[in-house]
Parts: sequence; C-alpha cells; structure tokens
Amino acid sequence: MCTTCGCGHGETRIDGVPAGATASSGHEHADIHDHGHRHTDGTWHRHDAGARATIAGGAFGAAHAGGTTPERIVQIERDILSRNNAFAAANRRAFADRGVFALNLVSSPGSGKTTLLVKTIEALRGRLPVAVIEGDQQTSLDADRIRAAGAAAVQINTGKGCHLDAQMVGHALQSLDIADDAVVLIENVGNLVCPAAFDLGEAHKVVILSVTEGDDKPQKYPDMFHAADLLIVNKIDLLPYVTFDVDKAIECARRVRPGLEVLCVSATTGENFPAWVAWLERGVVRERARRDETIDALHRRIAALEGELARRTTTA
Amino acid sequence: MHELSLAEGMLEVVAGAARAEGARKVRTVWLELGALSHVEAQALRFCFDAVTRGSIAEGAALEIVTMPGQAWCMPCGSRVALARLGDACPACGSYQLQVVAGEEMRVREIAVA
Repeated sequence: MCTTCGCGHGETRIDGVPAGATASSGHEHADIHDHGHRHTDGTWHRHDAGARATIAGGAFGAAHAGGTTPERIVQIERDILSRNNAFAAANRRAFADRGVFALNLVSSPGSGKTTLLVKTIEALRGRLPVAVIEGDQQTSLDADRIRAAGAAAVQINTGKGCHLDAQMVGHALQSLDIADDAVVLIENVGNLVCPAAFDLGEAHKVVILSVTEGDDKPQKYPDMFHAADLLIVNKIDLLPYVTFDVDKAIECARRVRPGLEVLCVSATTGENFPAWVAWLERGVVRERARRDETIDALHRRIAALEGELARRTTTA
Repeated sequence: MHELSLAEGMLEVVAGAARAEGARKVRTVWLELGALSHVEAQALRFCFDAVTRGSIAEGAALEIVTMPGQAWCMPCGSRVALARLGDACPACGSYQLQVVAGEEMRVREIAVA
C-alpha cells in the first residue's frame, strides 16, 4: 500500500473474489507488449535513430558514466499508460463486436450516481438491455441495489485503490452476461481526480455533478471535466434550496471542455429523464450501426476472397 | 492519487526495455510529462522510488522533462501556449481551446548499464 495516500495493490475483488493478477498486483509485471523502439505517435522529438545504444551522453548530453560499467542510452518513447490502454482497446473491441454502448460514469462521492443508475435501469426496462459494472473500495451494496432494480451487475472492489483500470473492467466483463446492443454502465469509484487518466474502453466518460456540490468544481477539478463528453447536472429538484448556479457550472465546465454536452436532470423526481434516455438510445443506435457496418464489410471481404479463390482454382 | 498506478506503468515499460537490452541496471529514466497531464510530479517521484525498490530500476534517477501545454484556439485560429486547463486564449481571450500538446506521460529513454 502506498504510504502517502493509501492506494492499494492486489486488493481488487470482483463480486468478492480476488481478481488474480491485476494491473496493480505487484511491481514486476509480465509483459504483454512488444518492446520495440518505434516512435508511436509521430511527435516532433528529435532522436538519432542510429543512437539507440550509445555510450553515456546520448540525445540529452547528460554525463552518466558512473563507475566503470559503460552506460547506454535506450530510446523507448512509450506511454506509461500503454499497458492500461492495451486492455482498454481489448474492452473496446469486445464492446464493438456486440454493438454495446459503454459509458464510464465518474463523479465525486455523493453525486447520486447509483440512484441515477437505478432510475436509468427502470426507464430503459423493455426498451434496451442494461448491464452494470460497479466500482467501490468496499462492499457490494451498490451492485445489490442494481440487481434489485433488475439489471445484471458485477461489483469490483478496488480495496484501497482510487480508480478502476481497464484490466479490472476486462475481468468483470468475463463474469457479466451482456446482451447484444446493450447499454453497459460502468460506475467508477467516487473520485473526481484519479479516474480521469484511465481509459476503460468506454465510448464516453460521463461526469455527474450534483447541485449540492459547488458550481465551481469544473474549475477546481478540470482534468475530469476535460476528459468527459457529457455532463449530467443531477438533483435539480433541490435547486430552490441551494445556491448552485447551473449556468455558471456549465460555463466553467465548457472552459475546460469546449462543446461539452450537458443534461440537467433529477434522478429522484425523474425530471428531464426522457432527454437522458434519448441520449442513451442514440448512442446504442450509433454502436449498432457501426457493428452492422463492420459485419457488412467482413461479408464483402469474404465474398471478394471467395471470388478470388474460385478464379485461382479454375485457372490452376 | 493515481500516481502509484502510473509509476507501476513506468516501471513496466522501463524494466521491459532494460531486460530486452540485456541490461543489469537502470541508472536514469527520462520521462516526458505534459504540463496538462493528470500527474503531480512530486507524488510520481515518491511512488517511482517506492515501486522500483527491489527491481532492476532501484535507485534510478528520474529526470522529468516538462512538456509545455499547447492549444489551438478555435475562434482566432492561433496555436497558443496553455499553462493549465481553464485558461483563456492569450491572443483573443476565448475559452474555445482545443488542447494539442502537453498531455504526455511518456518514457522517452533510459540509461542502462
């Protein structure tokens, strides 16, 4: 466990069962990637390709010739999130193959995420299949609430961890029965900082801000709002009792994320819920169309290859 | 405080590359960290020291190369420096800024022996 913040290792549990070798289970991991030295993103950094292994000095001219062992500079150019991003890409492919519309719901604790989920499940009943991945440090209370509402749910307990990562979600997907063309809602750990950096394979991050919080939160925690594609302002039924300025909050959020979509709802009273449901349905339609397009393209490719095979067989 | 996970990601990248080179020891790690990335450099240093203990990178110096934030301003069409998210375009005052650089969290290179 980290002695500064208490973030934990190897404490992740999925529906109470240890998640095995997770991303944070130790400090020497088995590699799942190649270790080439290519430039992954075409950035402008100058590197002499011939200088991959040179004696101390290298591209930065720093003298590191300590002791008598010759020192070499090895160019790497790899994102420190590359492992997480590889798992996220696998999750994204799994979602795309099924036409699933997956969302990563992020917020502070207490914004009403779970209530929003329960009401969303009720609103989508008979319209769209829903499955939920719940992330909390401890307990299965949230997954229990979701199952009681009638949706398939799996609970990830992060132990001391402060965010979900893509590998945890990948594990959870294995034990979740997801229908084709479903909505998958991933409720991240209540934390407005850490989950911003971790791609889980979702179509969008959705940030939830309730009116009982400060309307200046998007300024104070810009990373999360910057990473989101939709802002849900929740608990608007309480607006008469609080000093929250909705316009100010939206303006603040759009300063860090221009073009951010916004929906103002109350999960408790159901106010403006049809707009949220419509937003979800549009997302499912988009994912389904994308999957159908991929399948059509595969069919066309099969037909072309079969034609080619037939041509070669007859000429042979 | 997700820097511990990020430090583990760093160690994986670094240790993998060092092993592939047949190195015995990692002496220095150069990390490109964007000014707009999701990282607190001090926390990352602390976590890097913690996760490298007992590994091939134990005791390695961590050289953080700060990459400046840059954005493209949609209204005025300029490419501008952006010190932090939420700042206005220094040229026209607009907040319609598209971040184009400064979100890096990338191991650039390592010195091994």
